[in-house]
Amino acid sequence: MSTVIREFTTKIPHWRPRVKPIDLAAATPEQLDALKVTPSNTKVSDYVLVLANDVETLKVRTPLFNAIMYNRGGLGRAEREIGATAASVVNHCIYCAAVHSSRYNQLAKDESVMERIFRDGEEAELDDRQAAIFRFATRLSKAPSEADEADVQALRDAGLDDAEILDLILSASLFGWANRLMHVLGDPVAHEG
Amino acid sequence: MSETLADDVVTRLSSAADAASVRAALSGRADVMEMTQATHDAALMPADPGGLSHGLRAALAVRIARLNEDEALAAHYARLLENAGASADEAAAADPDFKGGGRLAAAIAFTDLVTMRTRETTAADIEALRKVGISDADIVRLAELNAFLAYQVRVIAGLKLMRATA
Repeated sequence: MSTVIREFTTKIPHWRPRVKPIDLAAATPEQLDALKVTPSNTKVSDYVLVLANDVETLKVRTPLFNAIMYNRGGLGRAEREIGATAASVVNHCIYCAAVHSSRYNQLAKDESVMERIFRDGEEAELDDRQAAIFRFATRLSKAPSEADEADVQALRDAGLDDAEILDLILSASLFGWANRLMHVLGDPVAHEG
Repeated sequence: MSETLADDVVTRLSSAADAASVRAALSGRADVMEMTQATHDAALMPADPGGLSHGLRAALAVRIARLNEDEALAAHYARLLENAGASADEAAAADPDFKGGGRLAAAIAFTDLVTMRTRETTAADIEALRKVGISDADIVRLAELNAFLAYQVRVIAGLKLMRATA
């Protein structure tokens, strides 16, 4: 049994499911469609195979996820990753935090922001724009009622327009969703060997 | 495709489209709002509900909305619950003070934990569901329902704040 990872890291762990993934060989046509399995693409992660237990939700959630994180315009992709990481820190989803902090680092070509967030949490010293983004996403993630008008006004004061604020709300909220699957249905473990 | 807004629960309950600048932003993300509604339908009213009836899903959604202090969203799910033909026990799950017994109690305890204290969830909480006979597939369905609600209630709260500061 490999050790469960309990500290935030930018090194992406292995995800070990707590419930049974579906058996790909016995998958229904609907499941294969949702998994996007084709003869040339038969590699599916355990995570997605677990989610295929609820195929109707998986089928519509995957395109929603991609649209919120990757569609054009609005908030820059790196800043959406701050929203995703903030939620993952609140919910202590080690796996999600690793994936999205490392993606931020690649996109922003700067490792210091995530280092400070992992080390100091809500006390992390960030520039005004990053601080407003991180604070709002953190409070919305803790409980919807914790985020207030002053938090959104701070986003406006830091220069975010409505399209950008909407994208931040969506990316932080989406990880309220993703964390409740990743952190709840499995464990982040060190890679073997 | 100018200024066409989907009739989705999130846009309606946040009244966000009342503010012109927020309406424009939502119009730019019409695809996301449409897909958000599609996930609502899949999580609440799937064609194959497995061991999680439409009635229980609606009742737990009312409960989660109330735990998050969103009464308008709770009212939306209460209407769904009325039409879902839930058993009396299932319907009682809508009240955050109701703890239930047996399998229902396990599903309720899991919901309260995942909604309010996600970070504290451990492997033992999954085992507790299994111990009362809830299948792995139904555990995933229950987690998805909780997870979707966590997303939806936050998008609504965020949009209300956008409107208030527009």
